[in-house]
Amino acid sequence: MAVANLLGNLKKSAIAALWLAFLTLPVMVIRVDTVEKTVTWRWMHLAYMLVGSFVLAVAWHFLMDRRDRGAANRDSGGGETQSALSLWLENPSVMRPLMAFGLLVAVAFPWVFSMYQTNILISALIYVVLGLGLNITVGLAGLLDLGYVAFYAVGAYAYALLNHHFQLGFWTVLPLGAILGAFFGILLGFPVLRLRGDYLAIVTLGFGQIVRLVLENWSAFSNGPAGISNISRPGLFGVTYGVDQATTYIYYIMLALVVLTIFVTARLKDSRIGRAWLALREDEIACQAMGIDNTRAKLMAFALGATLASLMGVVFAAKTTYINPASFTFMESAMILAIVVLGGMGSVLGVILGAFLLILLPEYMRAFSEYRMLIFGATMILVMVFRPQGLIRAKRKVYKINTEAA
Amino acid sequence: MEQTQNAVLSVRNMSMNFGGLRALSDVDVEVRSGEIVALIGPNGAGKTTFFNCITGIYTPSEGQVLAYPTNGRKMRADGARSDGVRINGMRTNLVCELGMARTFQNIRLFPSMTALENVMIGRHCRTRAGILGAVLRGPKARREEQEVVDRSYQLLKKVGLEKVANEYSRNLPYGAQRRLEIARALATEPFLLLLDEPAAGMNPQETLELKEMVIRIREEFQVSVLLIEHDMKMVMSLSDRIYVMEYGRVISTGTPAEVSADPQVIRAYLGEESDA
Repeated sequence: MAVANLLGNLKKSAIAALWLAFLTLPVMVIRVDTVEKTVTWRWMHLAYMLVGSFVLAVAWHFLMDRRDRGAANRDSGGGETQSALSLWLENPSVMRPLMAFGLLVAVAFPWVFSMYQTNILISALIYVVLGLGLNITVGLAGLLDLGYVAFYAVGAYAYALLNHHFQLGFWTVLPLGAILGAFFGILLGFPVLRLRGDYLAIVTLGFGQIVRLVLENWSAFSNGPAGISNISRPGLFGVTYGVDQATTYIYYIMLALVVLTIFVTARLKDSRIGRAWLALREDEIACQAMGIDNTRAKLMAFALGATLASLMGVVFAAKTTYINPASFTFMESAMILAIVVLGGMGSVLGVILGAFLLILLPEYMRAFSEYRMLIFGATMILVMVFRPQGLIRAKRKVYKINTEAA
Repeated sequence: MEQTQNAVLSVRNMSMNFGGLRALSDVDVEVRSGEIVALIGPNGAGKTTFFNCITGIYTPSEGQVLAYPTNGRKMRADGARSDGVRINGMRTNLVCELGMARTFQNIRLFPSMTALENVMIGRHCRTRAGILGAVLRGPKARREEQEVVDRSYQLLKKVGLEKVANEYSRNLPYGAQRRLEIARALATEPFLLLLDEPAAGMNPQETLELKEMVIRIREEFQVSVLLIEHDMKMVMSLSDRIYVMEYGRVISTGTPAEVSADPQVIRAYLGEESDA
């Protein structure tokens, strides 16, 4: 059975490879030089094409078979199949030391590595928080928000403008930005309360564009596409730092914010509110019929997600000291959404992993930067086909029950 | 229509129009304290529409829906019955909070939550913990959470699902999903339980068990029950009173014996005789 299957796959792959090689023959093999008036036949390219497409086809069939077998297992009542990775990570005796080690590395990082590396890691950490924030709105509450970056812009511009006009410092604006973010979250939340699915996505997409266009065109307010420069770096009790020290300082601020966000979102996930969000995502009508105030739950999800994005905006402005509307395009929203979807909707650990993968890999693979969007797109397609639940599947808490209770 | 002394739900002259379509017209239904009342009728008679109207999913076009909660809330201080709470047009979650909990014809559980969590959702409107409580987990929030877990587990036990408490509800067998929906509804501490075809898709044995469970639940939780059902054997042996609907109207009402002898009902179910 397995052998027959394998042979079948090999045959199918061979036919696919031959066909593709034939189709691409004129493009890949024949080269006409119009100046020299010569025709070169590059037969090696045909071989590349054959081998390459054959290998890809075999891999594709193998993965597809594996996926179908997994689905069959699930259907026949085998329960949820767990990936080895997530099983391993769930074991507390693995998880605890791993977390401690991770934190230790994180704390030591700026002393061991260069400023350049630290800066990259700050970006990654910012995206971790953005991902976790969007995870509340999209992953837990199921409200597809395609304009998330607008809240990020709100925070960034709040700091830039308040700093520029009133010389307010980082630590003053940080809470202000959070409040402003929550306000904008609720502002967006109200008109979209009745919408869901596609409609919600379109409205939030529009909201994101509106915020960017306002920033771009209302020059008197935001200085337009030229942006705002000379934003102060964070200080501490009147002490101001040089570039290097400031980077380290921001790094530690970011690290603290990441730890705080993880703590908050992980606890929220298994709380009364978190359950209400999940119920909202799963079945809105049943959720309301069971006594949950949909309006409140939705607004809370929007507000919390927006608060985190806005906080990150403040940090981002302080880190780069220069912002302009180009940093807040739809591409950013899509990126953050990709982090959430790739990592695993609703899974805190998954989103963290997703953020690191999607932000750090392009940084360290600059050699392939021309193919960045190509690889990005292909990765997303592959993940959606073979692992639609994301890298790490969100798991619900297993409750310990006090059976003696009357 | 005169109001009976111990009614918990009284629907008067309720009509529901969808554009030009009159789904319900002048429906009068009353459920008294501790009663099991069945709503029967051919497909498309408007039974589920009726449920949706009294639970706030639709707002009735005309008529009154009055609830008289018996579970302590909204009672007058002197212990006398209040004049009833007008619930047509009330938001669905508030109707539930008032004490009317329902199940759905096509099961609507939360598939990627565990059985226990599904029941815990029912406790939502009876608990208060907010964001701060969730994040800080102070003693009060912890106590409340533990209470939610314990009570939900007890409810699972009542419907015989305690062994699968931590299973995802999507993985439960069909009959178990139906019972889980009932447990979830009970978690909201209702005075009136609304069951929309609870026996649909069940085999005779399961139907029998369900019937016994409904009777047990009425005793134990002091609830009244209004159910939509197609299984005549179950309806006839379970209900105290029956309302028969056809084309959006109540065509007959009374005890099971009265209703089954009503020529109107026989006509609705078996069709008119071609020649008299």
